[in-house]
Amino acid sequence: MKRARKIAIWILAAVFGAALLANLFAPLPYAMQFRDFISAPASRQFLLGTDELGRDRWSRLLYGTRISLLLAPAAAVLSSVMALLIGGVAGYFGGWWDRVVVRIIDIFLSIPWLFLFLIVRALLPLNASPLESVILTFTVMGLLGWASPARIIRAGAQSLRNSDLVLHARACGCRGWRLLLVHIAPNLKPVVFAQFWISIPMFILGEASLGLIGLGVAEPLPSWGNLLRELENPQLLMNNPWTLAPLALLVLVVSCLQFVLPQKEFAA
Amino acid sequence: MRRFATAFFIAAAMLSAQWGGELRFCLRSDPKTFNPLLVEDDASETVRYLTGGVLVRVNRFTQQLEPELATSWKISRHGKTITFQLRHGVTFSDATPFSADDVAYTVKALMDPALHSATGDAFRSGAGTVETQVPTGDRITITFPTPVADLARLFDQVPIMSARSPKKEMAVLGPFVVSKYTPGAEVLLERNFHFWKTDRTGRRLPYLDAIRLDIQQNREIELARFKRGELHLINNIEPEVFNRLAGQSPSMVYDAGPSLESEMMWFNQNPNAPLPEYKKAWFRSKNFRRAISAAINRPDICRIVYFGHAQPAVGPISPANKFWFRAQLKSHPFDGKEALDRLRQEGFRLVNGTLRDSGGRPVEFSLITNSGNKVRERMSAMIQQDLEKIGIKLNLVSLDFRSLIERISQTSRYEACLLGLTNVDLDPNGQMNVWLSSSSNHQWYPNQKNPATPWEAEIDRLMQAQASTIDRDKRKAQFDKVQEIVWEQAPFIYLVNKNSLSALAPNLQNAAPAMIRPQAYWNADNLVLAPAQVARNGQ
Repeated sequence: MKRARKIAIWILAAVFGAALLANLFAPLPYAMQFRDFISAPASRQFLLGTDELGRDRWSRLLYGTRISLLLAPAAAVLSSVMALLIGGVAGYFGGWWDRVVVRIIDIFLSIPWLFLFLIVRALLPLNASPLESVILTFTVMGLLGWASPARIIRAGAQSLRNSDLVLHARACGCRGWRLLLVHIAPNLKPVVFAQFWISIPMFILGEASLGLIGLGVAEPLPSWGNLLRELENPQLLMNNPWTLAPLALLVLVVSCLQFVLPQKEFAA
Repeated sequence: MRRFATAFFIAAAMLSAQWGGELRFCLRSDPKTFNPLLVEDDASETVRYLTGGVLVRVNRFTQQLEPELATSWKISRHGKTITFQLRHGVTFSDATPFSADDVAYTVKALMDPALHSATGDAFRSGAGTVETQVPTGDRITITFPTPVADLARLFDQVPIMSARSPKKEMAVLGPFVVSKYTPGAEVLLERNFHFWKTDRTGRRLPYLDAIRLDIQQNREIELARFKRGELHLINNIEPEVFNRLAGQSPSMVYDAGPSLESEMMWFNQNPNAPLPEYKKAWFRSKNFRRAISAAINRPDICRIVYFGHAQPAVGPISPANKFWFRAQLKSHPFDGKEALDRLRQEGFRLVNGTLRDSGGRPVEFSLITNSGNKVRERMSAMIQQDLEKIGIKLNLVSLDFRSLIERISQTSRYEACLLGLTNVDLDPNGQMNVWLSSSSNHQWYPNQKNPATPWEAEIDRLMQAQASTIDRDKRKAQFDKVQEIVWEQAPFIYLVNKNSLSALAPNLQNAAPAMIRPQAYWNADNLVLAPAQVARNGQ
């Protein structure tokens, strides 16, 4: 298992590295349309062929990976911090605060994400550049994604509140926010990390789902979401199996993320 | 030679046509009504077309008016009165005899303001009541309060209902009759044994026993079922699907040429829109709009987005509309130099690859379209690159359809929009609500109290003039001028006219898809289902 984890870390490092250095590895601009080479097969000029507008798939995959792999963890950080604050405080203080937070979590979990996203997207400014739009997309996903981890963190904080460790700290005179910050929060770290790691593939897949219905990252910026839209055409898939590259990369990265997560954190 | 062979095989197929068989194809949604006078949606329109008997019918192939239940008709000189001579020996599907009283009953129901019939609205050219006179059982005269343009053609949309049948609108004069409707699942139409038409050999039409209309929203499922042989036709398919099918079985797809559908973009010219004043000034400038039009490579859009199954659009009328299309006009040519020249005339300058207006502001605007529409998303990505070449930054925004409509029709919170227009009516009166400046569908600046520009005032005048003119050629001349103004001013930047594309099962004979609705089954009474192993046209 340790070996598999090491391999996963190396793969992730390679993918992250290639994505961060996309400017060096991408032979062509990701948005340039070669209109005489639409849906071209893989060749020396176009390593993974071209898409239906004649854009180089390899370059788009590199830039798309950069976007998905940088912004998904950022959104995961945002949702995990919110979950820690809301769930941790609710679990620790209990009482009416806990009851209110649980109800809010229930409401948030019962809201259909897609429709909420449609509304939020419709309210956003129109003249956002593609980069601003992608940041907004992931920010919205991060802001909406706190409820599920908050429930788990709340449960963790609740069990810590009644633990011997906290009882001992209380007996030593530690109270209120000091108890929360010094004794509870550090012990919630494994749970928060676990939620963080789980959230990353969730946001990647979330953006991919939004991309499939045309609501993800704005053109011409590539992301795994809008790259995966090509898979809607089975004919293209048969003629050019390289269109599967984004899917293969997505599966690889998500699988590696699962391996990277330490087992004790999984257990948490 | 090939045409001759095809004609021979069609004739041979007709002679050897067999009765029977159940044609299957899909509706995208449930029909909202079976009352033919209240039809507004596509599914109800399909049922109406297949079941309704009309006095006159526009032949979808030739676009000429042909007699149906009326053997002849005459319009009075002032255009207010039309007299129909009716066919003898015709009965409704429930064996009730057809007479002039039924026509009078239908017209009365159609023009009843309480019914709110969209079909009836087309006949309302002025205040007053419609009068009918039935001198004999086979003759009727209908008098309208004011002249109605192209009066006879409007009756193509009016299925005659029985005045006496207890079955009301379910008693029909068309080739098929609704026999079963399962909401969300299917509509079954069975042959009307009392249908009046016969083929050349005297055999009573239709050839088919039934048409089963499966209600299916998902087009991929529809395509899969067609490939499995469970459906016999797909009407109006997307170019990508057409291309896919053509790659697998070229004999199953049919491109009938340009349809009435057009794709266009426009700028928000509403002075009350919450946009910066300098942007409103750009959008109101004719040269700016024409520059954008000249910078867009329409042939590339046709070739890449539509796989060659589209034509660069010229204006509000598609070349498919043989009579009304202004053939002298050509699509705005793709010319980057012309685009920059026009922009320079307005004080724009290209500085280090960025276009700046006279105030030094970079030219950047957003284009909204509906999400999930791959064709429009691809088209907008191509426009984005075309405009980048003249230094314009275009931000693309996909919105769900409801939000999009809210922005363009209510809040006016948008800069430019890319959408399509589906014309079902050949007559320009069908576009009245788009061209009149007072209309809510005058998209670039709706609900104007007074026309904002002289050219909009001129369009208003010409549209109203043609609507009250009886002479068809005079109307054509007036509407030609409207087309010229629209071409010159480019309030809508017309992009492409999509071709009319259909998929037909090999054993479906006598099918001759047309450019206008309902493309693939306009001659449903003549369609024949051969045994599955017989290829279409005997091939």
